[in-house]
Amino acid sequence: MATVISNERLANGVYHLRVEGEHGGKMGQFYMLRAWGAYPLLSRPLSIHQVNDDGVEFLYHVVGEGTEIFAGLTPGDPIQLEGPFGNGFPEVEGKVALIGGGIGIAPLYYCARQLPDSDVYLGFSREAFRTEAFRPLAAELTVDVGGLILNSVDFDSYDHIFVCGPQPMLKAAQMKGAAAAAGGRSPKVYLSLENRMACGIGACLVCSVSCRDGQRKACTDGPVFLAEEVVFHD
Amino acid sequence: MISTSVNTTATIAGVHFKNPVVMASGTFGFGKEYGKLYDVGMLGGISGKGLTLQAKAGNQGIRVYETASGLLNSVGLENPGVEAFLSKELPYWEKLDTARIVNLGGNTLADYVLGAELIQRDANERALEGRRAVDMIELNISCPNVKEGGIAFGVKTPAAREVVRAVRAATSLPLAVKLSPNAEDIAEMAEMCEAEGADAVSLINTISGMKIDVRRRRSVFNNLYAGLSGPAIKPVALRMVHQVAHRVTIPVIGMGGITSATDIIEFIMAGATVVQVGTYNFMNMRAGSTLVEELHQFMVEESITSLDEIRGIV
Repeated sequence: MATVISNERLANGVYHLRVEGEHGGKMGQFYMLRAWGAYPLLSRPLSIHQVNDDGVEFLYHVVGEGTEIFAGLTPGDPIQLEGPFGNGFPEVEGKVALIGGGIGIAPLYYCARQLPDSDVYLGFSREAFRTEAFRPLAAELTVDVGGLILNSVDFDSYDHIFVCGPQPMLKAAQMKGAAAAAGGRSPKVYLSLENRMACGIGACLVCSVSCRDGQRKACTDGPVFLAEEVVFHD
Repeated sequence: MISTSVNTTATIAGVHFKNPVVMASGTFGFGKEYGKLYDVGMLGGISGKGLTLQAKAGNQGIRVYETASGLLNSVGLENPGVEAFLSKELPYWEKLDTARIVNLGGNTLADYVLGAELIQRDANERALEGRRAVDMIELNISCPNVKEGGIAFGVKTPAAREVVRAVRAATSLPLAVKLSPNAEDIAEMAEMCEAEGADAVSLINTISGMKIDVRRRRSVFNNLYAGLSGPAIKPVALRMVHQVAHRVTIPVIGMGGITSATDIIEFIMAGATVVQVGTYNFMNMRAGSTLVEELHQFMVEESITSLDEIRGIV
């Protein structure tokens, strides 16, 4: 059992949760969290926003009963953590772009800390949040509210592109990556997928992802996949 | 610390269970994942992910949805296929000191038979080499999430009889048949299994259910319906186990919404020989070790020295 340090509301339905303890993890990995007993049944997967000496941090968006309970947490409250799980973003060298959409910016903050010369692109449909925290870490920070952040990114300018956001955005990033590859520069595009999960450790196959080489698991093979591997279904 | 003063063992068709806690098919992979979190060899048994003759990709779209104390799933039997299981997963099971149950599904009667034959052949080869093989086949005629096979065989007794008979003829391994709560008459189904030479029946599989997304005006599942599991179904499961246990002489493997030692005791009192634990694995990643410890503790507290004392007493 871990303890909540703080749980700050950043925007409408968006919270920044800090949890005390020695919790490690690599960029792009996630934890399974629960702050309740038997119900809701499932723990909730949240990607690592930041790891530091005090503990581990998460950003989450209230979308259902579980995250609603998270939103009610106050400092000192107990919370259960299991993890870190999953394969995160790779350690890379070269010119990197970090592209986040909405709550998808969550894992990219930890990436920006580890890859300090990256260009960071943050897109929001209505309200921006946490953008100023990225500013000192980014070589260049681009923020877009209401538009399509991908339109601001020249894929040809990068060696590696990390993307996390809603599925239509991931699909669009995949297409832009393919177009750039056809043009010659060929950036490696990595997508962090947000799938429903039950077990979080590869046993239940609820989070199955269609890939070119067959079904893979978002929880253990991902949540980060090379864009070219993923087959999106509408 | 687990007490050694109580006897939790059970035997089904010569297969030894050191305790009644068996992990249910579809919720435990092949054990490897949970093996990183605790010693899964301490479990009574493991029923592996449901297998079909050929690998299966499973269903598209949303695969799980929470309900009040329940879980709807529409995984659709994604699995690597029998042969891949035997070559890639069984070696891990070899090292485990627990009962190893392979859950076998199928699209057609021929699939079931060919799957059972492959498992039998593997067991024969292993026996010659002195290696541990699969201990039991759990025949899945009750998956509600696949269009062909699965529950299509598990609702009507005559159709189920054909599968049970054919698989019984194809293997000499201990055979349990996993029954569906959606069966027209589950007790009649169990009696048929006994008559056809099954060594046990396991019940219940998930209950066919539904969830509608009212904003999108459609079911959340591409397959329309999904299988309901978890604490919500426990009273139904318990009633069915009780009914069936009083109608057959073969052992009953009971399951449905078990999340505590007292839940296990209820199923044993209803007549189950061992139980399976499914959805609870998603609520508590160490469900197996928690339950085994709690069960011992409960038995000590209640002065139950052996589960045989209370089995079927209700």
